[in-house]
Amino acid sequence: MGKTLYQKIWDAHTVGSLGDGRTQLFIGTHLIHEVTSPQAFGMIRDLGLQVKYPHRTFATVDHIVPTVDQNAPADPLAAEMMDALRRNADDFGVTYFDLSSGKQGIVHVVGPEQGITQPGTTIACGDSHTATHGAFGAIAFGIGTTQVRDVLATQTIAMESLKVRLIKVDGQLKPGVYAKDVALDIIRRLGANGGIGYAYEYGGSTFDNFSMEERMTVCNMSIEGGARCGYVNPDEKTFAFLKGRPYAPGEVEWDAAVERWQSFASDPDAAYDDLIEIDAADIEPTVTWGVSPDQGISISETIPDPAEAGSEALRASYQEALDYMQLPGGTPIKGVKIDVAFIGSCTNGRLRDFREAAHFLKGHRVAPGVKAIAVPGSQITAVQCEQEGLDRIFEEAGFEWRAAGCSMCLAMNPDKLVGDQVCASSSNRNFKGRQGSPIGRTLLMSPVMVCAAAVKGEVADAREVFEVDGSDSAAA
Amino acid sequence: MALDKIISITGTAVHLPGADIDTDRIIPARYLKCVTFDDLADKHFYDVRHDPEGNATGHPLDDPRFKGASIMLSGPNFGCGSSREHAPQAIYRSGFRAIIAESYAEIFFGNSTTLGMPCLSASREDIEVLGAAIEQAPATAVTIDLKAMTVTFGATTFAITMPESARQALTAGRWDPIQELLDSEERIRAVGKTLPYV
Repeated sequence: MGKTLYQKIWDAHTVGSLGDGRTQLFIGTHLIHEVTSPQAFGMIRDLGLQVKYPHRTFATVDHIVPTVDQNAPADPLAAEMMDALRRNADDFGVTYFDLSSGKQGIVHVVGPEQGITQPGTTIACGDSHTATHGAFGAIAFGIGTTQVRDVLATQTIAMESLKVRLIKVDGQLKPGVYAKDVALDIIRRLGANGGIGYAYEYGGSTFDNFSMEERMTVCNMSIEGGARCGYVNPDEKTFAFLKGRPYAPGEVEWDAAVERWQSFASDPDAAYDDLIEIDAADIEPTVTWGVSPDQGISISETIPDPAEAGSEALRASYQEALDYMQLPGGTPIKGVKIDVAFIGSCTNGRLRDFREAAHFLKGHRVAPGVKAIAVPGSQITAVQCEQEGLDRIFEEAGFEWRAAGCSMCLAMNPDKLVGDQVCASSSNRNFKGRQGSPIGRTLLMSPVMVCAAAVKGEVADAREVFEVDGSDSAAA
Repeated sequence: MALDKIISITGTAVHLPGADIDTDRIIPARYLKCVTFDDLADKHFYDVRHDPEGNATGHPLDDPRFKGASIMLSGPNFGCGSSREHAPQAIYRSGFRAIIAESYAEIFFGNSTTLGMPCLSASREDIEVLGAAIEQAPATAVTIDLKAMTVTFGATTFAITMPESARQALTAGRWDPIQELLDSEERIRAVGKTLPYV
């Protein structure tokens, strides 16, 4: 019986058993940012410990960065966090991609961009969207701050092994259907807690054909389905993406690295704890209507009516969501008015996302009264977009073109919803208050669907707004 | 660094019904603007306890009948979403010492265990029965027994579950693993040598 990539990486990184079902697991690469690391550095200082393997930790600043002007004077709390990260990186010899480096960005965009994210390794970060890095055939997962302390001090954590569920998507996605829709569709099918106890292996021809950016989008949202990590087996696309990047192996080591990386891919006869099969042709452009990422429907469906829910628990949760969203059950999602459009985040803030969005947006105008912002995921992404003139397309359409950061995904910087504004968002969470206003409302969708909503001023089918027919895609 | 053996917890409880209560709801992102966890007490569930103008909404957590509760009751997938340890820290620093819910998101569960705050799972029916009992008599003493894996209040007892690794870590006083991790320095180095770094 063969092994999965998960099992192979787990075995290679096992330091020992802690005797109670937990394993002491070596963390190959550790990523940190300003929000969840300062307390961990405080703890190791209090305990008189050192950062044991500083060359395995990389830092950047993303959550609190203002995106109108990155260098605008920060509020005192943000400034204190920024100063703490600088001091901690300096004191302990950690590489820090700061605002002046030209390499700063959302930690889950920076890792792959720098070639730090590599197959066959464990990657941890005090951030639940660390699952993103699984796109490269790594076991990548979010950890708490006390575990950040553990990684800093020992390069290991105590953890229990997960089961592995293979999610196989086969076939061709229909025109206008994107990786984001695949992610939202999987979460809708399996529920926000469906992945608890599992690592997700994404396979099938749809994933084989996906670009690395598309794989990252789906792996990123594994956590929204309850799975702490999700991965795609490494292949030629993975290696081609990494080749030549600053921290990727050089020419001399390259062939040996590829051979090693390939050896971690799941064996053809690997056994899985569960299998889900999805036909790509069944996936539609998907939009969330509620306050949990599993509350999604296709653009042509109506918002669920609590009266028709299958159980009392479901009815109560539908009603709670609809009350918060101020949406009536049983009515179409298409046509729901929006106030804000946001393209960006670690889910959909990469070059390919902006290329695809700009391709369809070109020649259209954002509807009056809609505030639309496009926020590149990193300084490098910003430069790449600007070299291709994408920034001008967004600006001519009425979007604001911003500087790199987490922006409106999570409301730790000036980009926030106001009051009960409705936001069409390419981010990953539609939780109550997620985008900064305690009564703000979020509708998750793909970047191209965000563009369609921005142009119409309401939730719209991008295939109708932009006459998408499949022959016409920036990525084609 | 000897840790307490967490074997039994007794206190009053408060019920926060609902599914998929995420860590953004438990601690809004603006309270993550800090470099310590010191100021998180009483910030838990801030935006559901207050309206946008800052007025109290009459949330169970602010109901005088449940003041001083140290056990929180909730629904399935509690603590989902962001990995922020600020969420269990805020709950703990507001006086809670255990949670009983239908199920938990894994990162939240791990963060809570490492703090020494057990997250026990129970059936929806049992949680509802307990919720109804404390609604009737808020001063009801609730006892969680991590050896017997039961919850007892008045004459009622029901079973709870928890992954065995976490139960052992809590009851043996090994819930913060830092010393054990540090102890295997030699083996860490040996494994690290086999793993190329970037």
